[in-house]
Amino acid sequence: MSSKINKEMALIDPIYPPQVKKTSREGFGKALVELGMENPNVWAVTADVSASTMVNWFEEKFPERFVQVGVAEQNLAGVAAGIASCGKIVFISAYGVFSPGRNWDQVRVAVCYNDVPVKLHGSHCGVTVGPDGASHQALEDIAITRVLPNMTVVVPADAEEARKATIEVAKLKGAAYIRTCREKTPVFTTAATPFKIGKANVYRFGEDVAIFACGPVVYESILAAERLESEGISCAVIDCHTIKPIDVEAIKYWAEKTEFIVSVEEHQVNGGLGGAIAEVLSEFKGQCVLKRHGINDTFCESGTALELLKKYGLDADGIARFVRESYTTR
Amino acid sequence: MVEDDGKQMLLEAAQPEVGMKKITDLRRLYLIANTIRKDVVRMLHEAKSGHPAGAIGLADVFTALYFNVLNHDPKNPAWPGRDRLVLSNGHVCPVMYAAMAEAGYFPKEELMTLRKLGSRLQGHPHRGSLPGIENSSGPLGQGLSIAVGMAIVAKRERKSWRVYCVCSDGEQDEGQTWEAVLLAAKFKLGNLTVIMDRNNIQIDGFTEEVLPLEPLAEKYRAFNWHVIEVDGHNIKQIIDACNEAKRVIDRPTMIIAHTIPGKDVSFMEFVADWHGKPPGDKEATTALGDLEEERKFYGEGGE
Repeated sequence: MSSKINKEMALIDPIYPPQVKKTSREGFGKALVELGMENPNVWAVTADVSASTMVNWFEEKFPERFVQVGVAEQNLAGVAAGIASCGKIVFISAYGVFSPGRNWDQVRVAVCYNDVPVKLHGSHCGVTVGPDGASHQALEDIAITRVLPNMTVVVPADAEEARKATIEVAKLKGAAYIRTCREKTPVFTTAATPFKIGKANVYRFGEDVAIFACGPVVYESILAAERLESEGISCAVIDCHTIKPIDVEAIKYWAEKTEFIVSVEEHQVNGGLGGAIAEVLSEFKGQCVLKRHGINDTFCESGTALELLKKYGLDADGIARFVRESYTTR
Repeated sequence: MVEDDGKQMLLEAAQPEVGMKKITDLRRLYLIANTIRKDVVRMLHEAKSGHPAGAIGLADVFTALYFNVLNHDPKNPAWPGRDRLVLSNGHVCPVMYAAMAEAGYFPKEELMTLRKLGSRLQGHPHRGSLPGIENSSGPLGQGLSIAVGMAIVAKRERKSWRVYCVCSDGEQDEGQTWEAVLLAAKFKLGNLTVIMDRNNIQIDGFTEEVLPLEPLAEKYRAFNWHVIEVDGHNIKQIIDACNEAKRVIDRPTMIIAHTIPGKDVSFMEFVADWHGKPPGDKEATTALGDLEEERKFYGEGGE
C-alpha cells in the first residue's frame, strides 16, 4: 500500500488490484434484510424492480412487509408515505431516473413536507447503467434530491459502504436518498472502515490537490492519485459520501490546506457534489479553486460501463488527466 | 327538507366505546352542515383567498364524516385506534377545518386565522401543523396513494380502524389516481372507503368540457371497486353508503357524491368561477343571508 493511503480507514490492502467486485445495490439489499430482521417496523416497497434493485431478498423473507406497486413511481412514494405515517420505516426502491425523477412532486410533498421516514433507494445511477442508454442513466438525481428540505443524500462508494449507509439512514427521523449503481465495482472499504452520515472519509493524504469524490469513482480517484503521485502531483482523496448534509469542516480544512479542490462524480457537473461544494466554498475567505469533473451538461448514451467511463473521463486515467490538466494550468 | 322515509334504523350506528359519540338526529346534522357552510364563508372572506365552491359543496359529506361515520376523538387526535381521514383535494380544507373545529379539535375562533402567517390552518393542510391532519395535500391525485398505504398496513395487521379518503372529480385527471385505484383493487382493500366530490367543475370550467370523465362509475367498477352513487347533499344517503361500504370486504368502495358546487349560496351554485375565488364583503353578506334562511327548513329561527 502506498504510504499515503490512510491506514485508519481500513481499506483493502493492497488497494490494487481489487479482489472483490460487487454492485453497490447488493450492499443495499443485504442491509435491508439485516434491518428487517432487527426491526419489525421496516417495510419495503418497489415499482416493478424488486429483483434488479435487490429488494427481492427482503421480499422473500418478509412478504408481509413488502409491497409491489407495479410500474407506478408516483404511487410508490405516496403509498410509502401512507405506510410510514402508521409508524413504519419504509424503503422505496426503483431506478434513480424514475425515483426521484418521475415522482419528485410526491417525494417533495408526500415524503419531505409530511416529514415521514421514507428512504429512497435509487439504483442504476450514473453512466455505468451502460447499454440501456441515456433515458435510464440518472445524472441529475443528486441535484434534485439535495435541494429538498428534510432530505439526507448519501452516495456510497462501494457495496460495503452502501450496506452501512442503508443501516444508518434507517436511524434518521426523516427522509433520505441512497444512490447505487448497476455495475459491479471494486469493494475497497471493509467492515472496519468508519461510516458516519455527514462525515467525509479521507482515504488518501496529499498536499497539492484535494479530490472530493462520491460513488464508485472514489476508487478510480484513488488509483488516479497513485498515478499522479509519481508525476509530482500529490492528491488527497476524500470520500464525500454524504452530499447532504455535506461535511463543511472537511471542505474548509482541505480548501485551506491545498487551495485546489477537484470534485468527481458520475453526475452532471451542475448541481451535484460539485455544486454542493461550490456553494460552501464560495462563502470562505481564501484562494481555493474548485474544478468540477463529471458529466458536462450532456446526456450520455449506450455502451458498456467501462467504455462509457472511459469516454466521459471518469475512469482512473480520465480522472488523472482532468486533475493533471486543471492543476498544471491553474 | 329533511326526509323521513321510515328507514331511520340505518342511521342508528352503534355508539363507540371510545371517542366521539355519533349524532343520529338528521335535523341536527343538517344544522351542523349549515353552520359549517357559514364558517367556510366567513373564513374565506377573512382570508381573502381560498376555494369556496368545493368547500361549501362538501359540507354535508364532512358533517356526515365527522359527526356520524368516523370513529375518532377530537380530544385525542393521535388515538391509535382512530379511523383515518385523508383529504386528497386539499384546497377544500376550509370545510375540513370547520368540521374539525365544530367537532372540538380546536377553538372555533382559530378558524379566522386561515392562510395567515403563523397559522396552524395552512392554505393547504399540513400534517405537521395541526393535530388531526393525516396528510399534507395540495397536489391533486396524491391522497389516494396515502390512503392506500394506510389501508395496506391496517389490513395486514388486522386493525379495526378504517381508512377514508375524500377526493374530487377533477383529480381523476391525474394519472397517479389510477395507479392507486389499481393497487387498492389488487390488495382487495375492503377497509378503504373513498368519497368523491362529483361537482362537475374544475379550474378551467366543467369537467366534461376540460377532460371528460364519464362514464365514471363504470370506470371504477371496471377497476374492481364497489361503487355507490349518492346525492352529496343527502346526509342519510351518505351515511348509509358508508355503512354499506363496511359490509363490502373484498374490494374498496368509491362513493360518488353528486354535489352542487357552492350549495345553498345562491350566486355560487353551478358557477365554475367560484372554484378559487373568495367572497368579497357584499358577497359574503349575501351568502350568510342565504345560509341563515336555509336554517328555517330545519326548524330554526336564527343562529
